[in-house]
Amino acid sequence: MALLEIQNVTRRFGDFTAVGGVSLAIEAGEFFTLLGPSGCGKTTLLRMIAGFDLPDAGRILLDGVDLADRPPEERPVRTVFQSYALFPHMTVEGNVAFPLKMAKTPPGQIAAKVAEALEDVRLTGFGKRYPHELSGGQKQRVAIARALVTHPTVLLLDEPLAALDAKLREDMQLELINLQKEVGITFVYVTHDQTEALALSHRIAVMNAGRVEQLDEPSRIYGFPRTRFVADFIGHCNLLAGPITANDQGIVTVDVAGLGPVRVAANTTLAPGRPGTVALRPEKARIEASAPAGTPDNHYRGTVSDLLYMGDVTVYIVDTPGGQKIEALLANSASGRAKFFEVGDPVEVSWPVAAGHFVEE
Amino acid sequence: MASRAPGRWGKWLVSGPPLLYLLIFFAVPTLIMALASFRTPGEFGGLAPLIDDTGALDLNVESYARFVAEPVYAQVFLKSVWYALLTTLACLALAYPLAALIARSPKKYRNLLLLLVILPFWSNFLIRIYAWMIILGPQAALVRSVNGILGAFGMAPVSLLFSSFAVLACLVYVHLPFMVLPLYANLEKHDQALLDAAQDLGASAWQRFWRITFPLSLPGVYAGAALVFIPALGMFAIPDILGGPEDSLIGNVIKQQFLEARDWPFGSVLSIVLTVAALLLAGLAAWVGRGNLGTPSSAGESRA
Repeated sequence: MALLEIQNVTRRFGDFTAVGGVSLAIEAGEFFTLLGPSGCGKTTLLRMIAGFDLPDAGRILLDGVDLADRPPEERPVRTVFQSYALFPHMTVEGNVAFPLKMAKTPPGQIAAKVAEALEDVRLTGFGKRYPHELSGGQKQRVAIARALVTHPTVLLLDEPLAALDAKLREDMQLELINLQKEVGITFVYVTHDQTEALALSHRIAVMNAGRVEQLDEPSRIYGFPRTRFVADFIGHCNLLAGPITANDQGIVTVDVAGLGPVRVAANTTLAPGRPGTVALRPEKARIEASAPAGTPDNHYRGTVSDLLYMGDVTVYIVDTPGGQKIEALLANSASGRAKFFEVGDPVEVSWPVAAGHFVEE
Repeated sequence: MASRAPGRWGKWLVSGPPLLYLLIFFAVPTLIMALASFRTPGEFGGLAPLIDDTGALDLNVESYARFVAEPVYAQVFLKSVWYALLTTLACLALAYPLAALIARSPKKYRNLLLLLVILPFWSNFLIRIYAWMIILGPQAALVRSVNGILGAFGMAPVSLLFSSFAVLACLVYVHLPFMVLPLYANLEKHDQALLDAAQDLGASAWQRFWRITFPLSLPGVYAGAALVFIPALGMFAIPDILGGPEDSLIGNVIKQQFLEARDWPFGSVLSIVLTVAALLLAGLAAWVGRGNLGTPSSAGESRA
């Protein structure tokens, strides 16, 4: 049995369905992420797990026990809030000791537990400071120490890194991974940042419009998106849609307007005539100045219409004569050059059938 | 220095008039009063000449000696402090829930509710005190029903008017908005996320109030307490109109000294003692407010 079971949970606000019939089973010790754009229902779901909101239908079970009639203060679940929500009138120690005092921990044990929690988040020596004397990253760690000090069963994190700058965010991601391994507590992490979700999670539930679109490991979410939404939301993706013209021996051919037939390896029973989409990651498309060697499965001519130089890589937008745009990505590191092509250069774009991914929806 | 920044003269042009106003109508009169407290009362009231017949400067501490020698004045003084303290506590007890209620109402109703709080200011202060005479008067429904209940238990009827009760009730009524407004201004800024966090960390409703909301509201409590306590300390109109002979406060005594006894030096002494006491108490409150007594302080806020 899973540690945290969300069974068919629905939450409506007036006519708006924030969460519509979501079911999830989260295992003990798992780093589980709810990923989706704002308004997808991920935060509402988190607030229902914490107890700040109640489902209109469905159940939330922790260790097999229904949490419905337990208020937030009685749930063995702690939340790290996006705004940190540190108590400004208490020192770091006071903040971390707060849940221990609420749990009637014997006063003699409080200091040791606080010190241990601060050590876990590498803030030893900061105990006497007030929150306004800390940097954003330090505040974040105090919030985590405060939530972990009572060893909750589940730790909920609501966009905890959103307020930090990019460099610090990366450091904190590594720390979170290590911390989660160390304490072994189940993390349920909410974010709209797909790279963060891919980097941190054991499993990701991609949410859209109150529903779970796909629940999988990060590599499968990225490599095998089940829906157009997932393909588009996670990373960059060329979505080439059109009617299926052939489905033969595991190779599906889709007729894409402005491009022509696109062949992709797929295991689907969809018959010709039905719509389909080929999802192609920009890094899987080859881009060359002259015709590629051999006869690649998919091969198109075009002109570079735009390029985005990003340091390590450059993204080229290629326009085909028919008006379709294809994004292709090339690493700059190997060549030592800044760019391979300029805007206006004629190029050849190609990829094998295995590079694309077929999406039914 | 940017050349476009307001220069020395521009600064004085803006802040000069209010400073001048305060100098002429507050600082100078205070100094005159301080000087008067060392002078001799005139034969027919007012002040005796500063330079007496022998040409000597007539300054003495006789009026201060009188304040020390006649304990009745210190007693009135202590009673005034006691009444002001009771008023402050009663206002706090009544205003806190009211301010919290307004701060947590939907935004569109808050201004209306605040307007209702300050609505009494739209009618004259004295008229409102006289209205209390009617409310508490012998013909009023309130007294008749109180006495009806007392009578049913075989107890003697009471008179609410001209009593300490009437004075205190009206003191609280008059000062209540001065407690509600600063408390509201403070509570309105509180971050709901802090209460959510406290609840998430296991705090019950009472613990959330006592450990989060109340300590964070202390700056509002101190501001409200100062705005109520200091004017309540010097109040004379309410005891004059609603109080009995036992309810004279220091404000009444000062008024008597100036208008009836016509002993200006002694009236000045009482005024100065009152001012100094109020300043000391306000200073003490500010000192406590900074957390110097180890109370749950607003240190985080005041330093931020």
